[in-house]
Amino acid sequence: MSLRRPYKNQPEKFEFNSDSLKAAQLIIEKYPKGKQQSAVMALLYIAQKQNDNWIPLAAMKYIAKFLSMPYIKVYEVATFYTMYNLAPVGKYFVQVCTTTPCMIRGAYNLVEACKEKISENENELSKNKECSWMEVECLGACVNAPMLQINDDYYEDLDKEKTLKILDEILSGKKPKPGSYRGRLNNEPENNRKTLLDVKNA
Amino acid sequence: MLKLKVNNIEIEVEEGLTVLQACEKAGVEIPRFCYHEKLSIAGNCRMCLVEMEKSPKPIASCAMPVAEGMNIKTNTKFVEKARKGVMEFLLANHPLDCPVCDQGGECDLQDQSMFYGIDKSRYKENKRSVPEKNMGPLIKTQMTRCIHCTRCVRFATEVAGVPELGAIGRGEDMQITTYLEQSMQSELSANVVDLCPVGALTSKPYVFEARPWELKKTETIDVMDAIGSNIRVDTYGWEVKRVLPRINEDINEEWISDKTRYACDGLLNQRLDTPYIKYNKKFEKASWSEVYEIIKSKLQNTDKEKICGITGDLTNMDTLYVFKEFFNKTLGSNNIESRSDHTYLNADKRENYLFNSSINGIENSDFIFLIGSNPRYEATILNARIRKAYLQNRMQIVSLNDVGDLTYPYKSLNGEIQKIKDITDGNHEISSLITNAKRPMIIFGQSVFKSHNARFIFETLKSYLIKKGKISNEWNSLNIISDNASTVGSFDLGIYKTNDGSNEVLKNLENHKYEIVYLLGQDNLKFEKQNEFIIYQGSHGDKGAEIADIILPGAAYTEQNGYYTNLEGKLQKAYKASYPPGDAKEDWQIINELAEIMNHRKLFNDKEELDSSLTNQINLLIEKNNMKDFSQIDNTDFTKEILKVNHIDYYYSNVIARASKTMFECKNSKINFKSTGTEG
Repeated sequence: MSLRRPYKNQPEKFEFNSDSLKAAQLIIEKYPKGKQQSAVMALLYIAQKQNDNWIPLAAMKYIAKFLSMPYIKVYEVATFYTMYNLAPVGKYFVQVCTTTPCMIRGAYNLVEACKEKISENENELSKNKECSWMEVECLGACVNAPMLQINDDYYEDLDKEKTLKILDEILSGKKPKPGSYRGRLNNEPENNRKTLLDVKNA
Repeated sequence: MLKLKVNNIEIEVEEGLTVLQACEKAGVEIPRFCYHEKLSIAGNCRMCLVEMEKSPKPIASCAMPVAEGMNIKTNTKFVEKARKGVMEFLLANHPLDCPVCDQGGECDLQDQSMFYGIDKSRYKENKRSVPEKNMGPLIKTQMTRCIHCTRCVRFATEVAGVPELGAIGRGEDMQITTYLEQSMQSELSANVVDLCPVGALTSKPYVFEARPWELKKTETIDVMDAIGSNIRVDTYGWEVKRVLPRINEDINEEWISDKTRYACDGLLNQRLDTPYIKYNKKFEKASWSEVYEIIKSKLQNTDKEKICGITGDLTNMDTLYVFKEFFNKTLGSNNIESRSDHTYLNADKRENYLFNSSINGIENSDFIFLIGSNPRYEATILNARIRKAYLQNRMQIVSLNDVGDLTYPYKSLNGEIQKIKDITDGNHEISSLITNAKRPMIIFGQSVFKSHNARFIFETLKSYLIKKGKISNEWNSLNIISDNASTVGSFDLGIYKTNDGSNEVLKNLENHKYEIVYLLGQDNLKFEKQNEFIIYQGSHGDKGAEIADIILPGAAYTEQNGYYTNLEGKLQKAYKASYPPGDAKEDWQIINELAEIMNHRKLFNDKEELDSSLTNQINLLIEKNNMKDFSQIDNTDFTKEILKVNHIDYYYSNVIARASKTMFECKNSKINFKSTGTEG
């Protein structure tokens, strides 16, 4: 299954709900009149968020009409950027970072956990159709490697067991607590600070 | 003016040009794929790299504006290396399938890789393959060959005004496609075939037909509409293989419509290749002398007032002229007509049926008012010019009727004829738009002349324009989009019979007042045959031949030399590219021979005599016309009516198009087309 080309079974209709509509209006207001097309990327992202992390063709059409631009232009943008998913990825979209720092700290253990819990292959929906996973490049949280991202939240300082637990919770419909799983606050040093001890607010 | 050096030649160029254009002025050729004069600059093929002094990297000359004191070099090792490098990348994913590619022999990539490329590839990996795309019945795609120059995308968006093509994906996955692979909804779509520098987009009807070097090329004039686009006809033996545009900046620039390009396969089908006589409702083959004798006896035994001739939509002026001479001199009759409908005609002055502002003039216009016209179908190239002018000047465009998507925005009124009255009385906002505009254009479509109030609409608006000084020597705002390629030529030669503008011959014909009807390539008549004896002379077995009693096989526009006057009144000569099939003859010859049999005297000894007599006639007409003033017609009666714009069966408008398989497919694809929303 490729996320880069439109999915076979497309929903017939798409419309922004009231929250999305508000968010879209806010974005469009940022641009001068007649240049509302500039909002296309933000609107595609809003559509993706509303529609369980993927953009159907109906949404592209809807946005094209919304911004009065040709369909093909929206289609071009949607197929260009890799963070737009053009096929269903489930309500919970798991992205495992496997770039060097995470890889060295055992990112492939996380990948194994995903394979066990979610699906054999990347970009494949789990049995309950609610979740899928994929390997991604650096998510910018190297200090807390290895880590993965589920929808908008980061889950950091993981190993295979912790990942399995998180995935279990997700598959049973609960939302696990985001952040470090070794009890750190953000990316503070483990076992207290060791440098700049004389600076109060460092 | 800016001074710069190109390969140590000093040149002066205007500001705003690009380095590539400056190099061309200096006579230095720069290879390019994505750059095209008529399209916006993309700068993505990188083939035009040149060296600029003080720049560490080569520059893309097509996208770099010229500056004072630049020192450009195009013949250094540095440039050569850059070109070779770019060429190697372009060829990395290009299949070297030139032997089976239709573009072979006229391919920019092929030519330029011979010139600027290297002789072998260092690329050992697998080449990418891209699935073929569906772009409708005219364009065949082989997207593996695509080098992503995006010329087609820019053409569709900018010139054709149908933003349906685009580049999806990125990097190696990039593909050019139409939205969800629907066919392109434009009458100019096939121009992307010419624009494509490689064999990615090729002509579907022409697929594997011939190689460019085997074809005989004839530069001639198109007759599918009144524009008179300049074309090149490529023939292989008798067959017309394809039609390509020729550059004429005053008329069609570089583009031709799909009908012009692809109706040519209709020249091979349904052809009349031998004379026929109808016995007991069945056509039987006959010889020329037989049919001539029958026609002679019929014509001689009929009152000359009971004979009429109606000329067709594709007939050239030479033929029309002979036909007129035949009727006037040999038969002594005036009953000849070129209009196949009840259209209004005021031929007092030539300006009354011409597109007076000229096609080039559209670009200087600051206000356009369309009346009863859908220029997209009536004159596709002209519509493209209006779009071009709109993009340049953003002038206001108003149409009396809502005619759907014209590829540019316009304001539409409801079509009431009362509105014309209001405008000429100065009681409508458009009155001030017309009077305030320096160069307004009022464009009348054929639907105006076919309506009952044609006389009112045309004459009152014309006198309004004269009163407001909008028809003068500097600028003539009166524009008529003529129906067919031969319309203006016929009127110039006086092939009409009218007192008050109505079509008298057609009226009498419908009342069955004629005994003999001579149809010269006329297939668009809607009339019920009773006892008339019908002679049909033409190239195709269509509606005209069907009702005929005698068929004289003539030649099509690619098979005879002849003049055509386009809607602006420009006289252009079409040249013979092929010859008539079988026993068919050139049209002027048939009539000339008939005259000889009737009167023992030819009308013209040869084609030269005919041509010189014709051009004299036309020059005389123009001279006379310039002396005349517009006649005043003050008849302002009108009935309340909503002007309707007649539906135009674009792909089926003449005999050649009706005989063409490609046009049939185009028509079908249009019917099957599901609305996407981009249309307006």
